[in-house]
This record gives sequence, structure tokens and C-alpha cells, in this order.
Amino acid sequence: MAEQRRHFSAADIPGFGLTAMAVFVALYLPIVTLVVYSFNASASVAEWGGLSLDWYRKAAGNAEVLNATANSLIIASLAALFSTTLATLAALGTTRRAPFRGMTAVYAAINQPLMVPEIVTAVALLVVTAALKQATGYTGLGYLVMAHTAFCIPFAYLPIRARLEGMDLSFETAAADLYASDWQVFRHVTLPLLLPGILAGAMLAFVTSLDDVVITEFIKSPGQDTLPTYMLGQLRRAMTPDVNAISSMLMGVTILMLFAFFLLTRKKA
Amino acid sequence: MSTLTSERAADTHGIAVQQVVKAFGAGSAAIRALDGVSVDIRQGEFFTLLGPSGCGKTTLLRLIAGFEMPTSGAILLDGADISALPPNRRPVNTVFQSYALFPHLSVAENIGFGLKMMGRSRTEVADRVARMLALIQLEPMASRRITQLSGGQQQRVALARALAPQPKVLLLDEPLSALDAKLRKEMQAELKRLQQETGITFVFVTHDQEEALTMSDRIAVMSAGHIQQVGTPREVYTRPVNRFVASFVGETNFISGEGGADGVRLGNGAVLPVSGAPNGPVTVAIRPEHLMLCASADQGAMAAVVERTVYSGTDTHCHLKLAGGGTLTARLPTLVSGEIGLSVGDKVHVRPTPGAVQLLAD
Amino acid sequence: MAGASDILTIRSTRRAWALVTPALIVLALAAIGPLLVVLVYSFLTAGEYGGVEWTFSTDGWFKVLFERDIFDDTLTLADAHLTIFWRSVSLSLVTTVLTFLAGFPTAWFIATRAPQQRAFWLFLITIPFWTNLLVRTFAINQVIRNEGLLNTALLSLGVISQPLQMTYTQGALLIGMVYVYLPLMVLPLYAALERFDPRLLEAGYDLYASRWQVLTRIILPISRPGIVAGSILVFVPCLGAYVTPRILGGGKMMMLGNFIELQFGQGRNWPLGAALSIVLLVIVTLALLVYVRTLSRENRHG
Repeated sequence: MAEQRRHFSAADIPGFGLTAMAVFVALYLPIVTLVVYSFNASASVAEWGGLSLDWYRKAAGNAEVLNATANSLIIASLAALFSTTLATLAALGTTRRAPFRGMTAVYAAINQPLMVPEIVTAVALLVVTAALKQATGYTGLGYLVMAHTAFCIPFAYLPIRARLEGMDLSFETAAADLYASDWQVFRHVTLPLLLPGILAGAMLAFVTSLDDVVITEFIKSPGQDTLPTYMLGQLRRAMTPDVNAISSMLMGVTILMLFAFFLLTRKKA
Repeated sequence: MSTLTSERAADTHGIAVQQVVKAFGAGSAAIRALDGVSVDIRQGEFFTLLGPSGCGKTTLLRLIAGFEMPTSGAILLDGADISALPPNRRPVNTVFQSYALFPHLSVAENIGFGLKMMGRSRTEVADRVARMLALIQLEPMASRRITQLSGGQQQRVALARALAPQPKVLLLDEPLSALDAKLRKEMQAELKRLQQETGITFVFVTHDQEEALTMSDRIAVMSAGHIQQVGTPREVYTRPVNRFVASFVGETNFISGEGGADGVRLGNGAVLPVSGAPNGPVTVAIRPEHLMLCASADQGAMAAVVERTVYSGTDTHCHLKLAGGGTLTARLPTLVSGEIGLSVGDKVHVRPTPGAVQLLAD
Repeated sequence: MAGASDILTIRSTRRAWALVTPALIVLALAAIGPLLVVLVYSFLTAGEYGGVEWTFSTDGWFKVLFERDIFDDTLTLADAHLTIFWRSVSLSLVTTVLTFLAGFPTAWFIATRAPQQRAFWLFLITIPFWTNLLVRTFAINQVIRNEGLLNTALLSLGVISQPLQMTYTQGALLIGMVYVYLPLMVLPLYAALERFDPRLLEAGYDLYASRWQVLTRIILPISRPGIVAGSILVFVPCLGAYVTPRILGGGKMMMLGNFIELQFGQGRNWPLGAALSIVLLVIVTLALLVYVRTLSRENRHG
């Protein structure tokens, strides 16, 4: 009984596992390098000057960076708040019901920001805001908040809709049977059940807004840099490791949000 | 259940499963799905692996198909060891439980898939597909998509697809379980007809004992990774070797007693006539339909009281409480009126028909 | 008045419209409406210092493909524009193919893991997917630029004596785009492969197919909707890419996105920029239509 036994697995395709490993290495090598070198005391990738938080300190001491951080957080928070509110209402109107005339068009409109290339939306908003700024004289963050709210709607909408579709109408029916008014049904049944979806939607909207470069770059007024547009400006010049530090922090926020998102949308066992 | 030596196996036609062990997992956590199974399946027979879920019957089928490799032991086909061959190099085809028909191909393309993979000419493939479609009586469906077929039609396409390459062995993994009762009966007859027409060895897996009894030439009853008994349906039903086989195939009354020269003496003093009973405690089995009710206590009939009757169409199950303790179930043919002329509380006498008492090994 | 139909008023059409209208207003103001303005601008005359003058002109559209000689008014095809179009389309196509070649085995690998492990591998793809595009471009740039990781490593190993010039080349752009858009390919492929019935593979092997035949005749045809979805998801943003070519192409290797921006900046030709945007939008819409048609065909066939 010493013959060699070959393993057979229908799902194995030669080379696929190896390619996948190569892909994971290739995906992570640049990101990990970037994070590691944000802690490098030396300014060059060529040499490791020891562990240091200098670049984080330098970034934190830079007034432009602080201003950009504040702008990013204000815009992302407001855009997440508004887009999630709008998306929640839209999801309540488009799920768990028979299709109504124009529902396909509503879907198309909600998902439109996902389908149009960012550069086209950016140009379109540039044209409109330039005219509005000239006509009204208002140059505040309002334009950015409005634009971010619009393109965050589909990101907020998707998890809320997914959650709603998994929710049985029988809960609402039961509540109504127990003398709850429409508002009470929504307040005490629908909303609490929907909350994980709403929070997940808000996270995605926040991250999407925080990451935007192109649209912000086109419609910002002077002094309205967000972190990404500030970085884009820096990249044009010599690259300094404090950009590494900012990048690492942005990534950290994204990963935290993703963890929260997964916990919120995880199916209960 | 004999284990063949390699020399003898070399000139044997059919499948020889020799001391096969299949363990899943590793080390102490390993689970032995098959624990030293040996069985010979003759060429051209309709062979059924029967057992409850988890008994290892599907694992054995997958080992013969080549989807799994045995941990130890060998599987021989016409005397040649095929244990290490991948499934695409074995002259064995499978009808899957869920059919596994390719959703992106038409009925004809599904049936011709195997021949195409073997590199057969276009005309040969077309010719064989046409004959297969005729065999399963689905000629008008040739260009249909799989999703446009009913469950029964899908079943027949799966069968034609597996038969088209003319395998030496056809493996069927509970192929009828997804069909409703009526269609199932039709397909049972259809399968039997196809097997007789093609002369191909069928290895059929099922947990349905009735299906196994009606279709098979021989049956292997499996439990807990072991083969309990191999035999014709008649042998398995009338001469079960142990308690598991007796209870899994059909209904049975189990009775414990003391073995002796005259038979098996029960607790209530009655003696059941059975030859060859060893001295000491033994278990015997009697099928409910082999119990007769009689008016008086002649020839060792036992006194009992009717506890409950359950009507099931052609028969009525009559649950009896024996005078000295213990219960028995008798199956009595129903009268035209749908009655058996008994009611709860009636005092009766019951005795087994001659030769009905089976001595069990454990 | 608390009837059973009353409490489920989410079902009434009027309420549905009331609920979706606020979102539609914001989208109309900040996403859909401005596109119409762009269409209008493409038919206006370019202002001398940017912006537009409100006189009708087809010049913007004309200049998408042609240039008029200043001296003798002859028409010639605008070679520079064609180069940029060609580069955008060809780079996007090659990027799509390369991300597929790398992404399919990856998606297959994840889909064939044990269910508990799948979430982990999927999360590894999701992190780069959601990481800022700029950060990822920056990260890959650090690897391939002259003073970057790759050159430093090769120099110290003595493989090369001069740093390889990789940035500002077509190759760099390609590497960058494949790196940046790979997660967009893997996720839809995974979604399609996750539902793949492994019995179909066994049926294929059972019917004498080799591994290659199982791949090309069973796996790939069945996962076609996922392949189309992934390809569209990569191709569309590639075509409109702005950040990646700007950083890795350094102004020399412009793509359509950068070219459009140029018209609104130094080019000072808003109508041309507007016309180019519409062209891009039309190409993207066509690609999406192909996708929708493929999907509906799959659905018809089941």
C-alpha cells in the first residue's frame, strides 16, 4: 500500500492560488511601505533612519494641514448627515412596495453619481458654481457640502435599502395592530430596526466624502483645501514624508469605518 | 463481503472496493466516513447503497467517481486499480443529486458535453445526442435551456448526459429525491428500463428502503462507515443479519428472550420456534405482516390486548400489549369495509407464521 | 381611521414620491442639472480669459477632432487630441484586461476558501477598495519613482547602475491604473463566483473535461455577468481617470480627464472642455448599455 496518492480537488486550478498570493502581496506592499515610512526618521525611502513620529508632528504643526483637516471633517460630517437622511427617506419610498410609475427613473437618478465619470461631474459643478459664486458673491463651504451630499446619496442608499429589504413588514403590521399610529410605527419599530443600515450608510457616505479629490479640487474656493486636495497640491512639488503621515491617518480612518461597517451589516448567526 | 486477493481481482469484471478507509480532517480530529469497506459490484447489475444520511454511502460513491481519493485501500475497475485516477480519466459517470446541469448550455449541449471533451467528432456527438434524446423521449427539447425544463425533464437530461459517453459504470446519487411521489415512481421504472437496455452497471445511492427494494439486483446496507449486509432485496428483507438492517429495511418487532434447544423463551413464558438459537440472551425479529391473530391459545399463541389500531389504506397496524409484558405490532389486511373487525380493548391471541422469526446477530 | 391599509401607507404612491423627492431635488441641483448646463456650454463661444460668451457656436464640438490653421484656415485632424483619445481608450482596455487576468484567479481563490476564511480574504480586498485613490496612487508612486523602493532595491543589489525611469511613462501609468483599479475587478467577480455551484465542476471532470476545459467551458461562461460587471467597473473610471495620470504621467502622459481639465484651466476653452465631457459621458453610457443588455440577456436565459 505504498503507492502515491494524489489529492483531487475540483476547485483547484493550477496557478490560481499563486496568482492570488502575488496579487495580495502587490496590493499591500505599496500601502504597507507607505505606512512604515511615515514612521521613518529619515526623509528618504532609501534609508531607514529609525522609528520616529516627526512627520506626524510636522503635519500637526502645519496650519494648512490643520485647516484642511477641519474642512475635510466639516464637509464629510455634514455630507454624511444630509445624504444619509435623504437616502433613508428615499429607501423608505422605494422598498417593500409594488413598483410605481417612474420607479426605474428614480433608481437611475439615485445611482447617477456612480455612473457618471467624476471628472464630468466635477466640470459640470465647476461651471455651475463659478456662475453662482459670481452672481451671489457667496463663496463658502456650502457648495462643497451640497456637491458631496449629492454624490454620497447612492453610497448611503445601498446599505439602507439592503437592510430594509431584509426586514419583514409583519413587524410594522403587528405594531399597527397594537394601536400604534403611523408615526409611532416608524419611530418605535421601523427606525430602531433600520438603524444599523442607516449607520452603515452614514459610514460609507463619510468615507466617500473624505476621499473625494476631483470634485473638491474643481469647485473649492481659495483656502478651502481638504486633506486630499492639499495632498494633491503637495504631490506636484517634491514629495515629503509628512504626506505619508497624512495618508496613513486617512487610511486609518477608512479602516476603522470599514470595521464598524462590517460589524453593523454582519448577519446575526 | 469477502475480501478479494489482488490476483483474483485481476480477472474480475466489475468494481472491487478493497479495505477502503476515507478519513476527513487530520490527526485525532479526523472523522472516518468509511472505515475499512470492502464490496464487489458485478458487471451489469443494479447495485444499491442504502443507509441513513451520514452512513458513508455518498462518500463511497464519490470515491468510485474519483471526486475523493481513499485514505487507504483500493478501488479496482475490471481488475485495474483506479484509486489514483482523476475523475476525468475514469470510465465512470455520475448523475448528481441536484443534477448539476450546465445552466449556460442547451439540453443537447449538456448531453454531448462528455463526448465533446473526449474529442469525438462533431457528427458522432450529434448522432449520439440524438439517440440519447430518443432514449429519454425529449427530442423536441434539444435546443431548450436547462432552466426551461421541469424537474422530471432535468432528471432525464442528467441521466442522458451521464449515459452518453457509454461509461462502464453509472453512479446515481439520490437522483430521485427532488421529485414528487408520482414522478418518482415513474422514474424508478424508467431507470430500471434504461439499466436493462444499456446493460451498464448502475450504482445507486438512496436512503429510501422501498426504492432500494423495488429497483435493485443487490443492496448493500450501510451504517456508520461500515457495510452491514450485502444481498438481494429478498435476502436483506427476509434475512437481516443484525438489528440495524432489520430496523432500517422495513418495520420489525424486536423481542428479547432466552435462547435454548426448543427456541427462544420469552419473559411471559411463551416459546418462539426458531432453530439454532444459542444458549443465553438473544434478540429475534418478526415482521408485523408475519404475525397472525387467532381466537384461541393454540400452538404457542400469546395472549394480548388491542391497544391501538392505525388505519393506513391497504393495511391496518394493530398495536398489541402482551399478557406477560412487552408490545408487538401486527399488520393486518384491511377488509372491504375498511375495518379489521377489532376494537381497542379486545382480547386476542397472536402468533408468528412459520419461519417468520429471525435470529439476530446482536 | 386606523384600517389595515392605512398603516401600510408606505405602499401609497403619493407617499413614495414625497419620500424620494428631497433626494431627487439635491441630485437635480448638484448632479443631473449641471450636466445639462455642460451640454449648453458646449454650444457657446469661449471667453478670452476662460468662461463663456453667450453666443451660439459649434466651435467647441468642432475642435474635439479638428484644428483650423490660423493662417490659411485649412482643416486638419487634431493629432494631439487623437493621441490622447487613443491613449485613454487603449490604456483603459489594457488595464481592464490586466486587472481581469490578475483579478479572476484572486476572486476564485477567495470564493473557494472555507466560508469562515472568506470574510478575511474579502476584507483584504475591501481595504484597498475603500482606501483613498490618491493615497493608493501615492503609494504605488513611492514604489516606482526614481528614488523609490524598486529602484533603491535594484541599485543596492547591483542589478542596475542607473535608476530606471518609470514614472512619466506609459508603463508607469499602466502599472498605476492596474494597481488602483484591481479591487474594482475582484469584488464583482467574487460576487459572481461565490454563487458558483461546485457540483458543476465535478460534473465537468466526471464528463472527461481537463482542468483547462473546465475553466474555459464551464467556469468562465457561467461567471460571464460578473466578468462584464467587473470590466465595466474598471473600464469606466479608467476612461475618466484624472488623479492617477496626473501624478504618474506628470502632465506628459495626459488622459481624457486631464485634457478636459486643461480646457478649464490653462487652455481657457470651456466649450471644448464641455464638448469633451459630453463625449466621455456618451462613451461611458454606451459601455453601461452593453452591460445592461448583457445582464438582461443572461436573465432571459436564466
